[in-house]
Amino acid sequence: MLDKTLAELAQGLATGEFSSVELTQHYLDRINAEDGTLNSFITVTPEQALAQAEAADQLRAAGSAGTFTGLPIAHKDIFCTQGVRTSCGSKMLDNFVSPYNATVVEHFNQAGAVSLGKTNMDEFAMGSSNESSFYGPARNPWNTDCVPGGSSGGSAAAIAGGLTPGATGSDTGGSIRQPAALCGITGLKPTYGRVSRYGMIAYASSLDQGGPMARTAEDNAMMLNVMAGFDPKDSTSLDRPVPDYTLTLNDSLKGLKIGLPKEFFSGEIDPQITTQVQNAIREFEALGATVQEVSLPNTHLAIPAYYIIAPAEASSNLSRFDGVRYGYRCEDPTDLEDMYKRSRGEGFGEEVKRRIMVGTYALSEGFYDAYYKKALQIRRLIQQDYVNALSEVDIIMGPTTPHPAFKLGEKNADPISMYMEDIFTISLNLAGMPGISVPCGFANQLPVGLQMIGNYFAEERLLNAAHQFQQATDWHKQTPGQ
Amino acid sequence: MSLDRTDVEKIAHLARLNIAEQDIQEYAENLSNILDLVDQMQAVDTQDITPMAHPMDAIQRLRLDEVTEGNQRDHLQTVAPAVEAGLFQVPKVIE
Amino acid sequence: MEWEAVIGLEIHAQLATKSKIFSGASTAFGAEPNTQACAVDLALPGTLPVFNGEALRMAVLFGLAIDAEIGYTSVFDRKNYFYPDLPKGYQTSQLFHPIVGTGYVDITLDDGTIKRVGVTRAHLEEDAGKSLHEEFPNMTGIDLNRAGTPLLEIVSEPDMRSAEEAVAYVKKIHAIVTNLGICDGNMAEGSFRCDCNVSVRYKGEEEFGNRTESKNINSFRFIEKAIKGEIIRQIDILEDGGHITQETRLYDANKDETRSMRSKEEANDYRYFPCPDLLPIVIDDDYVNQVRATLPELPDARKARFLEQYKLSDYDAMVLSAYRDLSHYFETVANTAGDAKLAANWVMGELSKLLNQNDTDIKDSPVSAEQLGGLLLRIKDNTITGKIAKQVFEAMWAGEGSADEVIESKGLKQVTDSGAIESMVDDVIAANQPQVDQYVNAEPDKRGKMIGFFMGKVMQASQGKANPGQVQGLLKQKLDALADG
Repeated sequence: MLDKTLAELAQGLATGEFSSVELTQHYLDRINAEDGTLNSFITVTPEQALAQAEAADQLRAAGSAGTFTGLPIAHKDIFCTQGVRTSCGSKMLDNFVSPYNATVVEHFNQAGAVSLGKTNMDEFAMGSSNESSFYGPARNPWNTDCVPGGSSGGSAAAIAGGLTPGATGSDTGGSIRQPAALCGITGLKPTYGRVSRYGMIAYASSLDQGGPMARTAEDNAMMLNVMAGFDPKDSTSLDRPVPDYTLTLNDSLKGLKIGLPKEFFSGEIDPQITTQVQNAIREFEALGATVQEVSLPNTHLAIPAYYIIAPAEASSNLSRFDGVRYGYRCEDPTDLEDMYKRSRGEGFGEEVKRRIMVGTYALSEGFYDAYYKKALQIRRLIQQDYVNALSEVDIIMGPTTPHPAFKLGEKNADPISMYMEDIFTISLNLAGMPGISVPCGFANQLPVGLQMIGNYFAEERLLNAAHQFQQATDWHKQTPGQ
Repeated sequence: MSLDRTDVEKIAHLARLNIAEQDIQEYAENLSNILDLVDQMQAVDTQDITPMAHPMDAIQRLRLDEVTEGNQRDHLQTVAPAVEAGLFQVPKVIE
Repeated sequence: MEWEAVIGLEIHAQLATKSKIFSGASTAFGAEPNTQACAVDLALPGTLPVFNGEALRMAVLFGLAIDAEIGYTSVFDRKNYFYPDLPKGYQTSQLFHPIVGTGYVDITLDDGTIKRVGVTRAHLEEDAGKSLHEEFPNMTGIDLNRAGTPLLEIVSEPDMRSAEEAVAYVKKIHAIVTNLGICDGNMAEGSFRCDCNVSVRYKGEEEFGNRTESKNINSFRFIEKAIKGEIIRQIDILEDGGHITQETRLYDANKDETRSMRSKEEANDYRYFPCPDLLPIVIDDDYVNQVRATLPELPDARKARFLEQYKLSDYDAMVLSAYRDLSHYFETVANTAGDAKLAANWVMGELSKLLNQNDTDIKDSPVSAEQLGGLLLRIKDNTITGKIAKQVFEAMWAGEGSADEVIESKGLKQVTDSGAIESMVDDVIAANQPQVDQYVNAEPDKRGKMIGFFMGKVMQASQGKANPGQVQGLLKQKLDALADG
C-alpha cells in the first residue's frame, strides 16, 4: 500500500478492495509508526479522519461517491481548518483553532476527501528546509539526516514516507516544487489565481499559490480538479472555467516543443543533477518532443527581486499578528507597546523576524523607489523573459533545484546560501506561471527533480507531459528504503 | 548597503518586534548581507519599465453591496486572548 | 503687519453602503460591540478583501458632482501602522492613484461673493474600529463594528482664509454628499468628520507657516471654534517670538480648545505600497456615463432654479436648496399653496422651529408638505389669519388632523361677518376712552401707529379670528370719524 497512488486507491475504494475507514486507519497507523522520526505532521486528527472516512463509506454504499470520496490527504498547516489548530508552523498561532475553513479545505471536504491532519512547514512558509518550523524540522524519508526542503516540507516528507498519498502545499518561491524534488515526489504550482488563496495564511500575497503534491502527475491532476476554480472571496482568483485535468493526461507529446534555458544549466549546480535532467530530456525526445535552447536573461535578478517583494508584502501581511484578537500574547504586558513588541518578538521565529525587518526597511521612507519599485520593475523584466521564451516553446525544462537535499543545519547559519537553493523556482512565482517538479533520478541516493514550466493556464499541458514521462519512467515509483 | 545597530533598532520598532540586545548585531549583519544581495538590482536600468505588482494584468472584481455576514461574535471570539463585555481587551491606550 | 490664516480640510464621509467596503458585514450604526465584525473585519489569518462596487459608484458620483477628474485606474494601497482598533495592522486606502482627482466647489461668503475652493482629491479607504478607554479601569476595549466601513476622504486645497470660509466649505461638501445620497451626513454618529489643517502667515507672504492638524471634529460649530481658537493660539505664539510645532492636535469641545496629542509615533512612516490582495480598479467611459446619468440636481443648480422659478430672495434660495429633502418639501408646499414666498417663510420659520425643537429630521416631519400646503391655502383664502395658522399648525404637528379638520373642530374660522366685527370694534372704542382721547388729540400722521393698540384689543376679543384687514379698516374709519367730528 505504501507506494499506492491516489488513482490506484480510488480504484481500490471503487471496487471495494478496501473501505475508506480501512484505508484511513492504515495511514493513521503509518503516521503513528513513522512520524516520530519524520515529524511531517504538526497535528494529526484521527477522530475527524475516521468520521470523514465513515461518512465517505456510507456515501459510497448509497451509490453517490465521487472520484475523491474517501481518499485520505493531508493539508499543509497554512490552510485554515475549522475546529483544528492552524499554526502555520509558528508559535504565534500555536493556540489558534481556526473558526473557518479555507476554500481549498472546503473543496476537499465537499469532494468527500478524508483529512488526516496538518503537515509541518517552515514558519509562515518562510524557508527552504522546514527548519524554521516552531515544531522542529520535518526530515527527509530518503535520509533522515537531510532536510525535506521547504516550506511544504511536511507534505513532501509525509507523501514520500508513505504517511499520506497526497497533500496540499503552497508555493511562494518554490515551496511546492523544491520539497517535491528533494523528496522524490510530484508537485505542481498552478498559475497565480487558479487556486483560491482564501484561508491560506498569506506570506506574500502576489506570489502565494496553493497546489497539489502527490506521487504522480495523475494524482496531481486529480487533486487540482478539486482545488482549482474561481472563488468570489479572493479578489485575485481568476474567473475561468476549470478543465478536467485527468482527461488530457494521455495526449501524445509528438511535436511538443521544449525549451532549455541556458541560465538553468550553468553556475553553481551539482553536475549529477545536470546529468539526470539531461537524461530526462532525452526521454522526452524519445516521446516525440523537440528540444531547443531558450534564454531567460534576467534569471540572476529573480532572487534579489524576490527578497524585496516577498519580505515587503510579508512585513505588512504579518502585522495582523498583534496579540489582540487571536494568537500569541505575551505574559503580563506592561503597556500596549510592550504587548505588541513582546508578543511579536516572542511569537515569531528568527527567519520570520528577519524577513519582516527586510520588508519594513524596503518600504520605509526614502527607500521605496530604490527597493520596492525597482523590484517590481525587475519583476516585469523576468515575466517578459518567460513570455518571450514561451512564445517559442511549449514547455521550459530544467532542474528544480541546484542541489539534492542538504543536511539539517548545513545552511542554517547563512540565510543567503539557503535563499540560493530557490534559484530555479523563484522566478516563476514572480512571473505567475505554472510549474511542476517530477522525480527524474538520483544524486548521492537522494532524489532529483525535473522542473517543467508552462504558460499561464498551461496546467493541462504540464500534467500531460509529466504523466507521459512517468508512463515511460519509474523514478516516481521509487520509495525510500526502510 | 550596510545597516548598523541604530537602523536595526529603528526598523524593529517600526515592525513592533522586540529584539534582544545581544541579537542586534547579528540582525544587522544578516540584514546587511540580504541588502547586498538585492543591490544587484541597482545595476539594471529600469527607467522605462512599468512596475508589476501582480502576476497578471487582471482588474478588480466588484462585489454586490449585500449584507452576507451576521453576528458571529461568540464564535470568532473563542480564539481571542482577552475579551470582556464583547470587547477585545488590550492594555490601556493613552492618547 | 496683518495676519492671515491658511486652512485646508480633510473630510471623512462614511459612504452609505449596506455592507462594508471589503466584507459582507453590516455597516448599520449602534449595534452591540463586535456583532458586525466578521472574519475579514477581524483580519483572521487567511482572510481576504473583496471590494464593494457600491462604494465605487458613490465615489465616482461625488467626483462628477464636483466636476473632478475621475481616476479610470485607481489602486488601493496599504498604510501600515499599529493600533489596536486597526485589525490588519494597515489601513487600506488610496495614496498614489485615487478614484477622484482635482475638482472644486463654490462657496458663498458673507458679503455674497462666490469663492472657489479646490478639492485636491478624494479617495476610498476603510474606517478603523473604536477604542473604548473609559469602560474598564486598566484596559482599553476594542469594538470592530466600524472597522471596514467605507470612507470617502475628501482633501481640499489650502484655499480657505478664515473659520467662516472653512465652515461654508464643510457645509457645502455636507450638502453635496447628502444630496447625492452617498452619506447620511450624521455628524453626531461620526458619519461625517473633519480634520482641520491650520497655519498662519503675514498677509501677502507666499510661504505657508508650519501647520497643525486638529482631528475628527464632528460639528459645524466645533469646526468654527476649533479653527478660530487655533488661529489665535498660533498668532499668540508667533507674536511672542515662538515657533509653531507641526503636530496633530485634538479639539476638546468641553474646554473649547485644542491640545497636543501625545505623540503615538515619534516619526510616522506608513510604508505605503499597493495592496497585493486587491487588483487595480479599472473603469471606462460607459461606467462613468452610467453614473453621470444618475446625478441628481445639486444645490447650486437648484438654488439658481429657485431664484428663477420661485423668485425667492438669494438667502431663502440658498437655505432651501441646500438639502434634497428640504428642497423637495419646500417645493411641494409651494406648489400646493401656490405661493412660494409664503411657503418659504413657513418652511424656514414655523416648520424649522418645530423640527429643531423636537430634533426631528424633515423626512420624519409629522406634518407632511401637502398638509402644510393645505394650511397655507386657508391663509390665502382668508379662512384663517396667519396668527391662527400657527395655532393650527401646532395642532397638526400634535397629530390632531389636517388643517381643515383642526380649523373646524376648534372653531378657528376667521370672522368676516362685518356686523360682528363692527360690534367688537364699537365695544373696544367704548371701553378705552383714554386711548381714544389720545388718538383724537394726536397729530394725524402719528395716528397710524396708535391704531395698533386697538387692533390688538379687537383681535384679542375675537380670539384672533377677526379678519385683520376688516378690523383695521373699520377702526380707522370710526376713530377718524371721532377725531374729525
